[in-house]
Amino acid sequence: MPPQLTRLLIVFAVLASGLVAARHFLLPKTFGESGHYRTAAVEAITKQPVRYAGREACALCHPDIVEIHRKGNHQTVACEVCHGPAAAHVESPSDHQLPAPRERGYCPLCHGYDPSRPTGFPQIEPVAHNPLKPCISCHNPHEPRPPHVPEDCRACHGQIARMKAVSPHVQLACTRCHETPERHKTAPREARPDKPRTREFCGACHAQGASSPKEIPRIDLATHGGRFLCWQCHYPHQPELN
Amino acid sequence: MKDEGPQPEASGEKIYADRRAFLRTCAQGASAVLFILQPRQGEAAYSPRDHFYGMGIDIAKCIGCGRCADACKKENDVPREPFYFRTWVERYMINDQGETTVDSPNGGIAGFPAATNEKGMLRTFFVPKLCNHCANPPCVQVCPVGATFATEDGVVLVDKDYCIGCRYCIQACPYGARFLDPRTRTADKCTFCYHRVVKGLLPACVEVCPTGARVFGDLRQRSSPLERFMRMNKLQVLKPSLNTGPKVYYASLDGEVR
Repeated sequence: MPPQLTRLLIVFAVLASGLVAARHFLLPKTFGESGHYRTAAVEAITKQPVRYAGREACALCHPDIVEIHRKGNHQTVACEVCHGPAAAHVESPSDHQLPAPRERGYCPLCHGYDPSRPTGFPQIEPVAHNPLKPCISCHNPHEPRPPHVPEDCRACHGQIARMKAVSPHVQLACTRCHETPERHKTAPREARPDKPRTREFCGACHAQGASSPKEIPRIDLATHGGRFLCWQCHYPHQPELN
Repeated sequence: MKDEGPQPEASGEKIYADRRAFLRTCAQGASAVLFILQPRQGEAAYSPRDHFYGMGIDIAKCIGCGRCADACKKENDVPREPFYFRTWVERYMINDQGETTVDSPNGGIAGFPAATNEKGMLRTFFVPKLCNHCANPPCVQVCPVGATFATEDGVVLVDKDYCIGCRYCIQACPYGARFLDPRTRTADKCTFCYHRVVKGLLPACVEVCPTGARVFGDLRQRSSPLERFMRMNKLQVLKPSLNTGPKVYYASLDGEVR
């Protein structure tokens, strides 16, 4: 073997062993076992303490409240939404008491009026709704229900009611256009209100020959709008004025 | 017996006795082995290979109460300052000029201020956001040291002890879901509450969502709440054009949401 080749081989051997040694010392333990990461990191993350105990834990000691809560309108609201993380309380109930928000500011986080909330979600205007009175003096948060069944549509459909209040249709009762089963007040999603099904319904006021006050805008039902129902183009809660 | 050697009948007896003893020993041994091997209750081994997690969010159900963002901070010790969020709620307001305003004061934890222009509002809704746990995560690609990674169960995690705080991943995330923890100077993000999920609990944000707008589940399981959510809704993901493969699926998502 020529001496150059021997020297070259030695250099390569030193480099290779240096690489192996460097890899051994520089690579952290458990790196690459299950991917391009330290498996130990996953274990470390798994050991993070749990703060929220989960909704099943509460029923073990508070079955009476859970039973009431299970049937009410707040059944989807877990105990820990209002009472805060409960894992420590589950571990040693006497050492870690859970808070119960009694102040007026808490409930409006969900129930304060905000137009961005889904229509139909129960909302109040905190400034106008029984000012200074804590919510829990009238409503039981474990089984909330309106103090009486809503008589007026605006209790739930405030957004539409406010819109209608400043529109030319302010004088029309909701039930004039929406045939509403009585059960809609107690089971709003099961018994839904109706909408006008014919063009002639709106035509009773807005058709050319209608016997309504003459400042009401008129259209010719035969030529206007084609096959569409009126509310498919116009928004009756806030009709355009021009 | 010893002196004379076994009698024929006695020898037969002994064989039966031996066999009985042998069988008894075998049975005891087998039951002992079974007892040792039996899975212990409560600490059944968690196998990441059997799971693949995702989340569903129904925009039509979100009331913007911000309880998810609050619970996330409490569960995961996220700094309370209003710049650090693993999950947060955005409010979208689209006016009749077609202009979109998005705000998220303190992530929605303390509620939203009254909308300024309610009359000219065309559409408005809340969008909860979090790490999308991409199947194709750009943050993992750019990490120079392998400190952020996707686990076999589809969760993107950060190795805090190994992160060098270079912030490449924060730049790379198209969803803005990462931040630099000011205490450790390492990247931090939503873990789908991995420490809870491996124990069979739900992520904290899903646990506290009062309207069920957030759904968590296993995409490998035919009967998980998430699978039902995905069957019953028309779904969208955020920024599908980036080909990141997000695993947070939105129902009733508006086209304006970025």
